[in-house]
Amino acid sequence: MKRTKLITFLTLALFGLGGLAAAERAKMIQVKGSDTMVNLVQILAEEYMGKNPGEAIAVLGGGSGTGITGLINQTCDIANSSREWKPKEIDQAWDKGVKPRHFVVAVDGLSVIVNEKNPIDQVTVAQVGALYRGEIKNWKAIGDYPKPVSLYGRQSNSGTYVFMQEFVLGNKNYSADMKEMNGNAQIIEGVLQDEGAVGYVGVGYLFDENGKVRKGLKILKVSKQPGGAGFMPTDKAAVDSGDYPIARPLYMATNGKPKANVGAFLAWISGAEGQAIVEREGFFPISPAHKAQNDKNLQ
Amino acid sequence: MRKTRWTNVRESAIRAFFFTCGILTVLVLLGIFATLVATAVPAFRDITPSEFLLKTNWDPTSPEKAEYGILSMVVSTLMVTGGALLLAVPIGIGVASYLSDVAHWRVREILKPVVEILAGIPSVVVGFLGIVLFGPLIAKVFHTGHGLNAANGSVLLAIMALPTIISISEDALSAVPAAYGEASLALGASRWQTLVRVKLPAGLSGIIAATMLGMGRAIGETMTVLMATGNARSFPHGFLESVRTMTSGIAIELGEVPYYTTHYYALFAIGLVLFVMTFAVNMAADVVLRKYQEKER
Repeated sequence: MKRTKLITFLTLALFGLGGLAAAERAKMIQVKGSDTMVNLVQILAEEYMGKNPGEAIAVLGGGSGTGITGLINQTCDIANSSREWKPKEIDQAWDKGVKPRHFVVAVDGLSVIVNEKNPIDQVTVAQVGALYRGEIKNWKAIGDYPKPVSLYGRQSNSGTYVFMQEFVLGNKNYSADMKEMNGNAQIIEGVLQDEGAVGYVGVGYLFDENGKVRKGLKILKVSKQPGGAGFMPTDKAAVDSGDYPIARPLYMATNGKPKANVGAFLAWISGAEGQAIVEREGFFPISPAHKAQNDKNLQ
Repeated sequence: MRKTRWTNVRESAIRAFFFTCGILTVLVLLGIFATLVATAVPAFRDITPSEFLLKTNWDPTSPEKAEYGILSMVVSTLMVTGGALLLAVPIGIGVASYLSDVAHWRVREILKPVVEILAGIPSVVVGFLGIVLFGPLIAKVFHTGHGLNAANGSVLLAIMALPTIISISEDALSAVPAAYGEASLALGASRWQTLVRVKLPAGLSGIIAATMLGMGRAIGETMTVLMATGNARSFPHGFLESVRTMTSGIAIELGEVPYYTTHYYALFAIGLVLFVMTFAVNMAADVVLRKYQEKER
C-alpha cells in the first residue's frame, strides 16, 4: 500500500515536472539551421543569457536547409542560414502562413583551404569552380604540385553548398567525386590529413581557441581575374570593400514581426555588443545599411 | 465453481494478451511496408523504374538537371557490406570455435561477456574511430591521401557485425550434441579434424543464421558509414574510393528535403529497395537453413 502511494506520488511529480518543462520551453527561443553559424550563434546566445538572466535560448545546427524547413514548419523561432532563401522556400512559407523576415547578423568570407604541403598560394574564382566541377583533376594544372585533387565539400542541406554552387560553380553540378562531409569541422579534419585536399569553410572555422589559424591548414588567396590581385578571407578591408570575391551575408529569419524576447535578442546581435562578438569569432560585422534594415524589420 | 470460471476468464485474458503481442509485430511490419510502398510509388510518376535502378548519377538538387539513379549507392552498399562480411565471418567463426572448443572455461566466462559488450558500443563512436584511427591508417598503408573510403567502412562494419556472428555461432557450436564430437574422437580423429569436419558442419545452420544476422546489422547501419566512407556520389571502382551507401544517402537528404516532392518520394523508394534487399537476404537464409535441416534428418 505504501508502495502504491509512493508510485502515485512519483508519477504526479513527474507530470508536474513535465508541465514545468513545457512552460519553460514555450519561453525558450529555439534557433536552428546553418552549421557555419552554429558556433557563432551559440556563443552569442551564451553571452546574451549571461547578461539577461531568465532568458533561455537553444541553438541547433543541421544546415541552412534544415533551419529554413524548421521555420516553415514552425518548429523553431529563428532560422539561421548562410544563403538567401530560395523563391520556392518563400512560396512554401507563405502557403503555410509563415511570413519570413530576414536579418543580416554577420558577414562571412567563404574560405578556400588546402593542406599546408600544397605550395599554391592563390587561385581565381573560376579555378575554384573548375576544381569543384571536377574539370581540374590534378594540382599541376594550377601550380607546381603534381598531385591528384581530392575534393571536400558539404552536403546538399548546407547553405554553403548552395552558395558555392550558385556563385562559384556557375549553377553547374558538383563533381560526383566530391566527399560530402557533415560540417565545417569535418572538412578541416579531412584537409589537415590529405595532401591533395581542397575544402571550403566559413572564415570563423579557421582559427583555434587562441585566435590563430589552425596548424597544418593553408588559406588560399582568391582573385576575381587570372593575374589579378588575390585577397585573403581574413582581410577585413577586402571583405568590406567587396575585393574578396566570395564573401556573403549570414542571415537569421523569423516568422513575421519577432516576439518581444526574440526581437530583443536580434536587436542585441545587431548592436555594438553583438557585433563585437561576431568579430571576435573571426566573422565580420554588418554594414550600417544592414543594421538599418534590421531595425526596420524589428518594428 | 465460481473459482474455476474466474480462472477460465483469466486464462483466456492472458492468452489474448500474448496473442496481441505476437500479432502486433506482424501488424507493425505490414504497416511499415505499406507506408513505404505508398510513399515510394509516387516517385515513379516522374522517374522511370529503369532510370532509377540502372543509372549511376544521383543529384536531385542539381541546378542543371535533377537525376535519380541509385545504382552507385546500391553497389556501394553491397561493397561495404560484402567487405565487412569477408573480414568478419572468418574471424567470427574462428573466435566462436576457440570459445566453444579450445578455450578453458574460465577464459570463456570472461571472453563471452566482453564480446557482447562490444555489441553495445554506439555506432557514432565506431564512426569516430574510423575518422581518427582507421582512416589515417588506411591512408598511410595504401598511400591514398585520405582514408574516407569503402575499405574503412568495411572494417568498421566488420567490428560491429562481429559480436552477433561470434555469439550466435558459439551458441550453435555448443548446441552440437556432445556425442558427435566424442564419436569422432573415438574413431581416431584429431581435435582439429573433429572441429572442422564434424562440429562446424553440424553447427552450420546456426553459423549461416549468424552470418545473415551480421549482414543485416551491416547493411542497415547508417551513422558509421556516413562518418567514415566520405559519401562521394560517383560510381565506386575499388575499395579505396569514397562511396555513399543507400542508408547514408537517405540520412543526408531526408532532413532537408521539401515534403511531397519527387525527391522526397525517391528517398522512400531507396528505402523500399533496401527493404527488399534485406528481405531477400533473410528469405535466402531461410531457404538454405531449411534445405540443410532436411538433409540432416
